[in-house]
Amino acid sequence: MNILYILIPVSLLLVAAITWFFLWAIRSGQFEDLEGPAHEILMDDDDPKRVGSHTSKKRYD
Amino acid sequence: MAQAIMDNGLSDFYRYRTETAPTGKELVPEFLRQTEVYDNPTIQKRFVREVGEHLREAALILEGITCAACVWLNERHLRALPGVLEVQVNYTTHRAQVRWDERQIQLSQILQAITAIGYFAHPYDPARQQALLEQERKQQLRRLGIAGVMGMQVMMVAVALYAGDFYGMEAEYRRLLQWLSLLLTLPIMLYAAVPFYRNAWRDLRHGQVGMDVPVALGITLAFLGSVWVTWQSGNGAVYYDSVGMFVFFLLTARYFELMARSRSARASEALVQMVPAMAARLRLDETGQSQEDWVAVADLMPGDRVLLRPGDSIPADGVVLTGRSSVDESLLTGESLPLLRQPGDRLTAGTVNIESPLQMQVEKIGADTLLSHILRLLERAQSEKPYLTQLADRTATWFVLAVLLLAGLVAWYWWQHDPSHWLAITLSVLVVTCPCALSLATPAAITAATGTLTQHGLLTTRGHALETLARTTHVVFDKTGTLTDGRLRLLNSQVFSALTLANCLHYAAALESHSEHPLAKALLEAAKQTAVSTNLVVENLSNQPGAGIQGDIDGQRWWIGTADFVQTQTGLHIDPACRLQAQTDGHSLVWLAERDRLHAVFMLGDDLRPGAAQLVADLKTAGCQVLLLTGDHQHSAARIAEAVGITDYAWQLTPDDKLARVKALQAAGAVVAMIGDGVNDAPVLGQAQVSIAMGGGTQAARASADMILLSEDLSHLRTGLLMARKTLRIIRQNLLWAALYNLLALPAAALGYVAPWMAAIGMSASSLLVVLNALRLVEREQPRQKPATADNRNDSTPIL
Repeated sequence: MNILYILIPVSLLLVAAITWFFLWAIRSGQFEDLEGPAHEILMDDDDPKRVGSHTSKKRYD
Repeated sequence: MAQAIMDNGLSDFYRYRTETAPTGKELVPEFLRQTEVYDNPTIQKRFVREVGEHLREAALILEGITCAACVWLNERHLRALPGVLEVQVNYTTHRAQVRWDERQIQLSQILQAITAIGYFAHPYDPARQQALLEQERKQQLRRLGIAGVMGMQVMMVAVALYAGDFYGMEAEYRRLLQWLSLLLTLPIMLYAAVPFYRNAWRDLRHGQVGMDVPVALGITLAFLGSVWVTWQSGNGAVYYDSVGMFVFFLLTARYFELMARSRSARASEALVQMVPAMAARLRLDETGQSQEDWVAVADLMPGDRVLLRPGDSIPADGVVLTGRSSVDESLLTGESLPLLRQPGDRLTAGTVNIESPLQMQVEKIGADTLLSHILRLLERAQSEKPYLTQLADRTATWFVLAVLLLAGLVAWYWWQHDPSHWLAITLSVLVVTCPCALSLATPAAITAATGTLTQHGLLTTRGHALETLARTTHVVFDKTGTLTDGRLRLLNSQVFSALTLANCLHYAAALESHSEHPLAKALLEAAKQTAVSTNLVVENLSNQPGAGIQGDIDGQRWWIGTADFVQTQTGLHIDPACRLQAQTDGHSLVWLAERDRLHAVFMLGDDLRPGAAQLVADLKTAGCQVLLLTGDHQHSAARIAEAVGITDYAWQLTPDDKLARVKALQAAGAVVAMIGDGVNDAPVLGQAQVSIAMGGGTQAARASADMILLSEDLSHLRTGLLMARKTLRIIRQNLLWAALYNLLALPAAALGYVAPWMAAIGMSASSLLVVLNALRLVEREQPRQKPATADNRNDSTPIL
């Protein structure tokens, strides 16, 4: 069972890596919008009338 | 699709936010510096409302609220300040409505008082609110993730330890695994569980017991107990896995609760976000050319001219100066079709210009706009606590105290009788109870329901309104302006000559153009709707009040007016049967004639609102008595009552008579809902247990009713009644569930039947269940109808 003395540190390293990756994902906004990207593919290109409008909140298409 | 747009708009915002967002530590000194700034009158203008000469009212966001006890603490603390007159804190939206006397206390002092007890407060600002929510969400997600990853590891090791208990394990490995668990639990204790200690500490410092006190106590006890066992020799049970799982489940529940809260508050948030941040202000330069300045909406002043491009949200209340476009008011009134707006028409802040550019003149800004007013009413409704909530809040505080006491007793008892299990059992007792479900039950449901109803154009302005509406037995309608439009319209017409109807209307309009009579206005309105536009010049116009008007058009003499007037002036014969019929119906007839021939007759009347009959039928099906009380004469009362199917009606009532009748109904035990136009019916509306005012546009600002039907669409009342009943049902389910759960779980835990991890799941699930149950009241947003943009409105010319 001495293998545990190697396996446990290895698993700890793995946990550290997973934690780092998770924190990175939050920081870089991976969880920010879980639904939008799914709809993005369906969106047509930008409405030409709206170019330059900074306050647009809604689109009708 | 709408969802995706929303997300899109929001993610833009977050991108902007990350550049400026302060970190937690920076926030404190910056915040303290800022509070004095809020006393500045020009800054106050944006969010502080003057109620009386010295009375001020503002909405604040509170940070750090985690349970109902915090709400109670804040309210009590602020009320104790001299000069603070009223405080209402909404648990769901974390917003506080504060009213104070500025002679005795300044806003900055109020904000500092809140900081002093461990919370942060700042004036309500939707952008800030959104940023905070996002910050809180990320923070919670980080804690949740750490607790999850570490908790799973500890769990894995715990399986090995349990297996070791069964099959035997060398002490060396046993200790190794215990130390490993300890190591893995450290991040949970030192990072993930921090909010629990912080809240518990804050509560204790103020002599309170919030629901985080037993939680923090439980976690610390379990951890320290396990550390002691590990340190000692490794003989005995360790509870690292329980700690990990408990923190993980609790954080999960809190995270979902946060999401659910923001979702149920979204309907009112959507209203807030309707006002844009920037607007294009127009000014004249030296050469007289219009120049466009891009300014913050907060800097707009009444009188400014603003350019609205298609797709722009309207930044303030005002009137159209030039341009012709359609405006989407759906978020404000529930009206699904865009409305035509042309010069002179009113525009409301927060609505959206759809097709072509408009120039508007700003009349009201910021807190004076209709939208702000609606928001304040909604805010009040959501923060007012119905009796049920107050009761639940008080119960929850005592409940936590009782649990702590009981936990002490249980610990002592098991210590005496079975020392090996006392820690596990005490933990379960501390953890399993869930006062949160009890205090969440009502506010969660009310907030969700009011949000949904607002989307339907039925604005709730008082907290008790939904509860009372659900118990309504009698629905009393006013006639004019409620079941009917309240303004005369051209209902029917008949042309006797070779002229077309449009031409007849134009002759009529030309003759009536200088009259202020309601009939004249209705005819002018009708003429405007026709496609023909002719400029007729009337000469020798003479008006005989109460009878009619005569004038010369193109050298020919024309008459318009009552049958008697036309008959005596021209000598033409008019069929009396026709007149009688109109009178019985309560309509007015207007005749148009030349010297030798009768041209047309117009029937004008106050028409039924669409959906009135359907509503009455629905109300009857729902088991309500429907009554009509009107000040109008018998004929029209009877006609309307018959048309909508009301059998119980009374006519020619003064407001006092109406009041007496409503009182009589109430004396007989009825719960009366009164539906009136909000302006003339104020006393009766006040008397009824729940009052609903019809109110488009500016009327909403004046109405003091419990609910306001902004959409003026009667079918939404039915939705309102059904929604109210559903809300009451859900509140009852929630309370019942919360009570039942606690009653069953507590004894079971005290007797040792519940393992700590089961307790953790039970507690998290029970408060989550309450919120999810309330979420059933939130309707999924319907895909909006695409507005009819093409065809008839292409004639509008762009101003640029």
